[in-house]
Amino acid sequence: MHIVVCIKQVPDSAQIRVHPVTNTIMRQGVPAIVNPYDLFSLEEALRLKDRFGGKVTMLCMGPPQAEEALRKCISFGADDAILVTDRAFAGADTLATSYALAAAIRKINSEQKVDMVFTGKQTIDGDTAQVGPGIAKRMGLQLLTYVSRIIETDLENNTITVERRGEGGVQVLKTALPCLITMLENTNEMRFASLPMMIHAAAYQVRKWNKDDAGIEDVSKIGLKGSPTVVSRVFGPTPRSEKAQIFNLETTSLRDVSLTLLQSIFTVHPTLEQDLVEKFSA
Amino acid sequence: MSEAKPALKPAGRGRNLELSDELKAYKGVWVFIEHERGHAHSVSWELLGEGRKLADRLGAQLCGVVLGGPDEDLDRFAKEAFTFGADHVYIMRDPVLKGYRNEPFTKGLTDLVNKYKPEIVLLGATSQGRDLAGSVATTLLTGLTADCTELDIDPNTRALAATRPTFGGSLLCTIMTLAYRPQMATVRPRVMAMPRAEADRTGTTSEDTLGLIETSIVTKLLDFIADANSNKINLPYADVIVSGGKGLKNPENFKLVFDLARVLGGEVGATRPCVQAGWVEADRQVGQTGKTVRPKLYIAAGISGAIQHRVGMEASDVIVAINTDPNAPIFDFAHYGIVGNAMQVLPALTQAFQAHLDQRIKKVA
Amino acid sequence: MSKKDFDVIVVGAGPSGNAAAYTAAKAGLKVLQIERGEYPGSKNVQGAILYADALERIIPDFREDAPLERHIIEQRMWVLDDASFVGSHFRSEDYNKPPYNRYTIIRAQFDKWFSSKVREAGALLICETTVQNLIMDGDKVVGVRCDREAGDVYADVVILADGVNSTLARKAGFHGEIKADNVALAVKEILFMPEDLIKQRFNVKDEEGVVIEMIGKITEGMMGTGFLYTNKDSLTIGIGCMLSDFKKNENKTSPYTLLENLKRHPSVAPLIEGGEMKEYCAHLIPEGGFFAVPKVYGNGWMIVGDSGGFVNAVHREGSNLAMTTGRLAAETVIAAKAAGKEMTTATLKAYQKALDESFVMKDLKKYRDMPKVFHDNPQFFTTYPELLNKAARTMVTVDNIDKKTKEREIFASFKTARSFKGLVGDAFKLWRAFR
Repeated sequence: MHIVVCIKQVPDSAQIRVHPVTNTIMRQGVPAIVNPYDLFSLEEALRLKDRFGGKVTMLCMGPPQAEEALRKCISFGADDAILVTDRAFAGADTLATSYALAAAIRKINSEQKVDMVFTGKQTIDGDTAQVGPGIAKRMGLQLLTYVSRIIETDLENNTITVERRGEGGVQVLKTALPCLITMLENTNEMRFASLPMMIHAAAYQVRKWNKDDAGIEDVSKIGLKGSPTVVSRVFGPTPRSEKAQIFNLETTSLRDVSLTLLQSIFTVHPTLEQDLVEKFSA
Repeated sequence: MSEAKPALKPAGRGRNLELSDELKAYKGVWVFIEHERGHAHSVSWELLGEGRKLADRLGAQLCGVVLGGPDEDLDRFAKEAFTFGADHVYIMRDPVLKGYRNEPFTKGLTDLVNKYKPEIVLLGATSQGRDLAGSVATTLLTGLTADCTELDIDPNTRALAATRPTFGGSLLCTIMTLAYRPQMATVRPRVMAMPRAEADRTGTTSEDTLGLIETSIVTKLLDFIADANSNKINLPYADVIVSGGKGLKNPENFKLVFDLARVLGGEVGATRPCVQAGWVEADRQVGQTGKTVRPKLYIAAGISGAIQHRVGMEASDVIVAINTDPNAPIFDFAHYGIVGNAMQVLPALTQAFQAHLDQRIKKVA
Repeated sequence: MSKKDFDVIVVGAGPSGNAAAYTAAKAGLKVLQIERGEYPGSKNVQGAILYADALERIIPDFREDAPLERHIIEQRMWVLDDASFVGSHFRSEDYNKPPYNRYTIIRAQFDKWFSSKVREAGALLICETTVQNLIMDGDKVVGVRCDREAGDVYADVVILADGVNSTLARKAGFHGEIKADNVALAVKEILFMPEDLIKQRFNVKDEEGVVIEMIGKITEGMMGTGFLYTNKDSLTIGIGCMLSDFKKNENKTSPYTLLENLKRHPSVAPLIEGGEMKEYCAHLIPEGGFFAVPKVYGNGWMIVGDSGGFVNAVHREGSNLAMTTGRLAAETVIAAKAAGKEMTTATLKAYQKALDESFVMKDLKKYRDMPKVFHDNPQFFTTYPELLNKAARTMVTVDNIDKKTKEREIFASFKTARSFKGLVGDAFKLWRAFR
């Protein structure tokens, strides 16, 4: 089977800080990582490859440095990696991104038929969860999001059965291949790359496609031009005008602090005290 | 694998920021009413509350949209929607709409949008909502903004100004869809306040047909397995939450958090690092990639107050922070702060609250 | 023919490792570089000052795209008392003439850049991989064993650039444990400040920068120094002392407390006022000097950088020694390869020779007695700063007392504090140490 896994390289948001003076993002020195949600999808794809044999092709739309993220995926066991990179893609929102990725996947499909596409559930920098559904729609793929478990893959009959997380439970869905799957987080554990795999990845020549290589037919649909959403402003969260009432344990005893705090809270929230009393009186 | 047929072609070459006359005719604010097995998701009502404000500002109608099977009580959902501010509810009934599936729901919502032309469509950022929103926005080739924390109408353009966190929550950005319609947005549960229901409010409904037969739908819904209900952690709707962070130093100290929560009849929350370290279940994570909560009382112990956590709980009515570091960011937005060791403060608070409540309960008894 | 995957394995992607890997790869050798951190530089901490000369000899055109903060045009040396300082400043317009000699840098960005150059040169870099052991064939190092599956990889020579906490050489028995009195523990903070404010406070324009080196009462009698550097829109402030001194210190003062006190010092506080602390880190610096440098080459192996103790604490030079030793090690390998020689102890002796002939060992040798002298004579960090400051105040204050009396007062204070014999002894010790 041939599986395409789409990833995004994102700044490690856990390490991002806002410049305390200029209130802008300090991107310098923040390491870029493979979007963590994508790794669950990649691991699932690799497991399918382990079971059924075949090929896993990585795909990423991004700036030149995104090559590192693809290389990391090669070290985990992906067979091939394609970086779709072109200045024309800059500024793309999710609609323009899904257009570009769908075109690239169609190109990949023309080289070797694609049975499944995996994307991450969402990115940690955009959080939209829109690109997966967008690609599926554009390519006419059956969409399975929030998959918690792949129950059965039947390559003979070209069907797949999965558990999909919904509100209050899981749906059991069965559909036909080719399909697009986004995996829920913590549904699997990423394997460790062996040393030979790490060295292989370090030496791997990631394929680079510009917009023509990726088969983009209509340039008005990519990048900033193809993005309906416009960022009108970026700003820091407004600090609260009222400062917190601070209790310092060096000057007041813990007991007094606790009592004062209690009184303050229940004064502000008489209903809260009431609710608690009622709840425990019953 | 085919290219989806667009309902409307976006105008011109170059970045288009002008709304065409055809699209200017789009009017009305829609809220997708999500339901599963007889229960409507309360995020739908939270969105109606917000949608009402937007509709009033635009001088437009607020409408609900509900899709479901013929034996599902969609009229009841419509009635509820009216009490939360909807003027009209579009109903689509069909056997293939029983139980959520991407294909029929996408067609249903897309057809309704193309027929009735709303300017704004809002959905809850739930597993169903996000699945549907992405597919519908791509079919309509329009803009979709996810996980918004604030919705407003821009006075100049009358466009929807959707604000959301960016860069891991460190900053906020306002996004607009200026030249495309409808403007779509998803909002997480509990981000918007639950509006008050006006029991005697009514509205109108209308019915539309889907026009899809089961045999043409590729994905089959075989089953729905409900989660075991025992010990379900219900963080988003808790009135009192006591949360622990890495400042607690080790997982054993979470016991102190649980103790205080028990005395207050509240839930226990945690920061992402604690969940990642395996100290508590993932369901307890409060924050940008966890749950959004808006309890009456939020007590944060050993939590620094990083922005990713903050956006998940800053709407709490009363925030109490306990931290040894007087410069911790959490003191910038808490209402009360105790500079001290959580391992000492938590038991003291537990005792104080317990004693106080015992006394009050005795009085009542 | 023994098993071989690469010509050279470099353990570590800090300045010394990068210098070695770059030089070797540029000469066409097959190089594998192994870094245990998430990315190059993630485990590194430095002041940080970049000494252009050392880097120029490796990447001559580094100024084109290396991330540099400010070029240094002024150096201030302060001797601090509790609430004052006596200092000397050197500022020269010559330093404003390119090519600039020293720059402040931010390590995270710089290491990333340097590492990208290493890979451009053709070396293979793998991260998040720890070398646990050297693979030996008798007494010859033939490869390394890593903490990954199938983790053995072989090469003609292994260059250890694994930093001050290196355990590999120790495990292999090449040298003993690091001693607490050969290592300093330093802590630093990066404080963010608007560019304009920095320019005003430090009297610089555009990309000019200032470096302040401090000694005195700030280290509470322990052997150590403090520093303050100007970056583009932040300041780096730090302080460090010998680890053995921290352990002996009666008050059990922690490095962090020293730093807090330094920040509050009346001479320092006004300079950093308004700065927002955004990064804090601590690191060990090998400061044992000449006598603490272990054997740095052997059968199939060489040591470069901090793991060889190549730090000149007197002048706060470490990264240039790191880069230079890395380069010299690689050049030794390149020469050996060209001559068709095996990487034996005898062949690699040329590395030691190159070190001895360079400023690296010459400087270390010159200051070899420094650590001991300062160690055994805490008066240099307490009494003398006090005396110097008092003397300065006496002379600078204008009052009714005549100057001759003042001079006598000053001499008397010195003599009382140290006795004539002590003064002579101290002068002699200093002279010996600096010789």
